[in-house]
Amino acid sequence: MTKNRPNYVSTTNACKLCKPLGACLAFKGIEGTVPFLHGSQGCATYMRRYIISHYNEPVDIASSSLSEKHAVYGGGPNLKTGLTNVTEKYRPRMIGIATTCLTETIGDDVSMYLDQYQKENRKNKEMPDFVNVSTPSYSGTHMEGFHEAVYQVVSQRAAGGSATRTINLLPGFVSSADYRWLMEVMADFGLDCTMLPDLSATMDGPALLEYEKVPTGGTPLAAIKAMGRSRATIEFGRTVADHESAGAVLAEKFEVGNYRLGLPIGIEETDRFFNLLCELSGRDIPEKYEGERGRLVDAYVDGHKYIFGKKAIVYGEEDLVVGISAFLAEIGIFPVLCASGGTSGRLGKSIVEVTGDILATQPEIHEGMDFFDIAEMAEALEPDLIVGHSKGYPLARKMNIPLIRVGFPIHDRVGGQRVLHLGYNGAQQLFDTITNAVIAQKQADSSVGYSYM
Amino acid sequence: MDIELLRNNFRKFDKLGLDMETTALKDREDQIHIKGETPLNIVCNKDSLAGAVSQRACVFCGSRVVLYPIADALHLVHGPIGCAVYTWDIRGALSSGAELHRLSFSTDLQEIDVIFGGEKKLRKALIELIDRHGPKAAFVYSTCIVGIIGDDLDAVCRTVEQEKGIPVIPVKSEGFKGNKRAGYQAACDAMARLIGTGDTSDISRFSLNILGDFNLAGEIWMIRDYYERMGIQVVANITGDGRVDDIRRAHGASLNVVQCSGSTMHLANMIEERYGVPSMRVSYFGIEDMSEALYDIARFFRKQFPDDPEAGAIMERTRELVREEVQALVPQLKKYRKALAGKKAAIYVGGSFKAFSLVKAFRLVDMRVVLVGSQTGTKEDYEELEAITDPGTIIVDDSNPLELTSFLKEKSVDVFVGGVKERPIAYKLGIGFCDHNHERKEALAGFAGMLNFAREVYSSVMSPVWRFVPRK
Repeated sequence: MTKNRPNYVSTTNACKLCKPLGACLAFKGIEGTVPFLHGSQGCATYMRRYIISHYNEPVDIASSSLSEKHAVYGGGPNLKTGLTNVTEKYRPRMIGIATTCLTETIGDDVSMYLDQYQKENRKNKEMPDFVNVSTPSYSGTHMEGFHEAVYQVVSQRAAGGSATRTINLLPGFVSSADYRWLMEVMADFGLDCTMLPDLSATMDGPALLEYEKVPTGGTPLAAIKAMGRSRATIEFGRTVADHESAGAVLAEKFEVGNYRLGLPIGIEETDRFFNLLCELSGRDIPEKYEGERGRLVDAYVDGHKYIFGKKAIVYGEEDLVVGISAFLAEIGIFPVLCASGGTSGRLGKSIVEVTGDILATQPEIHEGMDFFDIAEMAEALEPDLIVGHSKGYPLARKMNIPLIRVGFPIHDRVGGQRVLHLGYNGAQQLFDTITNAVIAQKQADSSVGYSYM
Repeated sequence: MDIELLRNNFRKFDKLGLDMETTALKDREDQIHIKGETPLNIVCNKDSLAGAVSQRACVFCGSRVVLYPIADALHLVHGPIGCAVYTWDIRGALSSGAELHRLSFSTDLQEIDVIFGGEKKLRKALIELIDRHGPKAAFVYSTCIVGIIGDDLDAVCRTVEQEKGIPVIPVKSEGFKGNKRAGYQAACDAMARLIGTGDTSDISRFSLNILGDFNLAGEIWMIRDYYERMGIQVVANITGDGRVDDIRRAHGASLNVVQCSGSTMHLANMIEERYGVPSMRVSYFGIEDMSEALYDIARFFRKQFPDDPEAGAIMERTRELVREEVQALVPQLKKYRKALAGKKAAIYVGGSFKAFSLVKAFRLVDMRVVLVGSQTGTKEDYEELEAITDPGTIIVDDSNPLELTSFLKEKSVDVFVGGVKERPIAYKLGIGFCDHNHERKEALAGFAGMLNFAREVYSSVMSPVWRFVPRK
């Protein structure tokens, strides 16, 4: 499985982002929360730019704007000033503080600063809640940052008490359309649900008359507090490390049972999710979803011949790569290379879990890859298409094969936040897009140019 | 802050009908000015306020912006992955040949490197990448963390330079050591190490370097074409479509023509000090400033070489060029001018020199500028803005999303000119937008650029979609 793995010292065109960015994204999905980076000004500005280019939504991330003297004498005073300014100006319900490589390396103790700050401001009734997470970008990718933030939110904010019927849902990082879809599913099963985080509205909001300092939406803080009293947790992510699992924290601290699933991408992984929902709700799959599944199977049949045996390169966040690989395998496309910049150590095992009974041979599966490595391997693999975020475009262009845009970021198209990946309907959209891309390529390459299939 | 200034500040907010508390943090009041209300007393070039969500970036960003378009150099970011990955091919700086600048190289420092130092990894990465790509030079950018762990970049660069026989230049761009301006300076210091090392024997006396144009959407090609039509040799593009060998002999030119002076004036000054090459500030944006730039240059050569008949010929060709371009442009602008007359514009850009030109360009299409600001303007820059804007115009330094939204709404702006971080602010409020930053894909410089600019503004302002937004 690890043959032909390129091994270079330098990284060229990374296939990952840095840890604090993931934490900021997670904080963006919590009610009334402003993400705050403890570091130099550039981090916040770069990440804002990067996130905005995908979502086309305002993304305010505050910064403690450390300068040289703070780097020498400690960033505590600037952190506190920054918190006061954000509080005054944004009136947030919560401030989510993530560290950066600068403040981690100078050894700033954010928890201690926060304790001091809260003591100093005890009489101030306007004080928001705080959550802090350690996210040095020299260890892990944006996905570790995302999971760490969710983990810390749960660890620091969830409380126990009398049990409720609520189900906790921890989907990981998916599109705004995916979060919307998940809430709909839970409601259709009659399940009361706390989904953490929830970027459905905060990162895909309507045009407004009055600018909202902090966008409406996100997981309610009260609901987060009650997560320790829920009856179960569903956590997506086959590659999430146990020490980053917020579901595991809830299980350990409050004995809330944790069900770990892969992202429900494609029929098989979605079936697993729906089976669990049937079990938890005591209901059958709602007719609406039976219908969606039925139409999807019909579409798979209608389109199967156009794509059978095609070869795809899949890259991106590890759990997305697992889900997409499962989906590709079940529609008859062979994922010749599954690559990620992440290094969970679980990518290979997870892909085997979801594709093992379909694929006769296992694909090349590699962690810690960058786009130079991917391109170097691509030549020999002769792929027909590429599935991943927009940073694979140069490769697709060079090889003259279609790029199917999924995940984050999608910087060269509109509507990245509205790409639906999850569930039968998500698979339906992916299937149509992929099949049509293959047909379009064949049509364009043809000397005849049929106007029918 | 003295009492008078405080009172003035309160007055200006009363006048605007803005809620003091929600709009400007008290410490930022002196970075906002309203023309005609009080004498200009704007404070600028100070560190961003913690927690204010500044639109600014960092030292690294400043260096990266300036050096980025040098297309045949290796740009290696020494640090954890973030700084490199967020600057991967994000700018529209085109190259006519090599495209090494569009790749993102990083040492991708890990925890173990932070503990034991990153010098060895840097050395290996440099050698690996130089062997792979054969660049003409390598720039090695330091990031925040390198400044803290104390890697000796100079030493590593020096040994690799000796080993590989190309210039390997450290860029002192630790993010926290100042703002974007400090990064410009670090970039200029890095380039200064190249200048003076190339052969200048075939350079004409009628020659110049283009500084501070980054060849966004091919702009520097238009500008070069103008100079060549005037009969002037362009020695080095600094840095749009830039080449290491050209920069090495930049000291052989007779004149440095500096646009975006915030970023490269420092380099022009260094070249003047060391080699006696004078410099001139210009703007290539809008008909007035573009024409003025070409005439200024022609006048310079006439003054410099009064006895050379070629100097007179250059002036003649310049007149001809401007006449031709303007004659072609003006009739095409009419349609836009008619449609846009009286509409209101807001400007928030990185450098204030661009803001001057934008104010004039909007005037050319009969629009009113009601807000203008920059991330990194100087006192003198704001004085000039004060001089060229209408009374009531808000002038602001280092602004932030909340401030900008309240100004946009208050002034009921029709189009906002800014960069990618400003775009969603405008759109969320249902306001038109024109991208005038480094990511743009439309050439906005030169005579043709003025037409593109008018078209860009027109295609946002005149779109029928605004009828659906809540604002209308």
